[in-house]
Amino acid sequence: MSRLVWLLALFGLVSGCATPTLYSWGHYEELVYVSYAQPGKVSPEMQVEKLEEDYQKARANNKRMHPGFHAHLGYLYFQLGKVDQALQEFATEKAEFPESTVFMDRLISNLKR
Amino acid sequence: MKLRTFVQASAAAVIALILTGCAAQPYDYTNYRQHPPRSIVVLPPLNESTAVEATYGYLSTVTRPIAEQGYYVFPVAVVDQFLKENGLPSAGEMHQASLKKIGEVLGADAVLFVTVEEYGTKFQILNSATIVQARAKLVDTRTGILLWEGKRRMQQNSNSGGGGALGALIAAIVTQAIASSTDAAHNVSRTANVMLFSTKDSGLLYGPYHPKYDSPE
Repeated sequence: MSRLVWLLALFGLVSGCATPTLYSWGHYEELVYVSYAQPGKVSPEMQVEKLEEDYQKARANNKRMHPGFHAHLGYLYFQLGKVDQALQEFATEKAEFPESTVFMDRLISNLKR
Repeated sequence: MKLRTFVQASAAAVIALILTGCAAQPYDYTNYRQHPPRSIVVLPPLNESTAVEATYGYLSTVTRPIAEQGYYVFPVAVVDQFLKENGLPSAGEMHQASLKKIGEVLGADAVLFVTVEEYGTKFQILNSATIVQARAKLVDTRTGILLWEGKRRMQQNSNSGGGGALGALIAAIVTQAIASSTDAAHNVSRTANVMLFSTKDSGLLYGPYHPKYDSPE
């Protein structure tokens, strides 16, 4: 018990306790991990489904999705052969985070070829 | 909160403060402040540990603390795939690639090079220790200047108290089973990354999406 309290105290100091997060993270990290650690275990369809759910939840709570979310989702759509949705997601990533412009434009032009 | 708990928590806080106070002088952020990046691309890490799963177990936990620090972080899996399809099939080759090229192709202001030094769970008779140790370098893509570097070691022991020796033994067996099936190191790397990137005076400075960006503190 006391160990836990110590750990929490230390963690609180490090993380600044009540700082709200900038973004909603949903299942992103988990899905990236699983797709590498156990390839094939979670199909792209299921990943898309999870991420779209995360997106809806974030919207309902007025939270912003994290950097890379729409790009990653677009990439999954591309894997499923859904090029229109992929293009849409890449464009959203670009609109949300202009820092991604060069990379997104590259992916978009690759898809349109 | 119970008094005892409160006292313990306060004592822990004080000691933590002393410890962080002892942690040498703050990092020299001169170069960092001269070339403040907006966007960071994290390459798949080099793996010096004996665990093959370290590269991607680590990679999936690196985005969040850096993005929450206020930076645009490129989608790690998409970048990995893109670089693989463009002539860089391994983390080793990605780390050797020209900075300018990566900067141009992705439009990234800075590249984070991570090396995982230790990664995994060591099993002993009554407990197990999961260790993640990583070092990282943030480099400006235009000038090649080193903006920041850091290193962290995180260890999590799973010895559960209570229940005497037999209870501990059973608990150890259970945690080991869980640890080996879910890759405990993956979870420990999460904590290691928060410590590495978000600790004041040794981690990354706040980036443009953070409310405290540019604030003089």
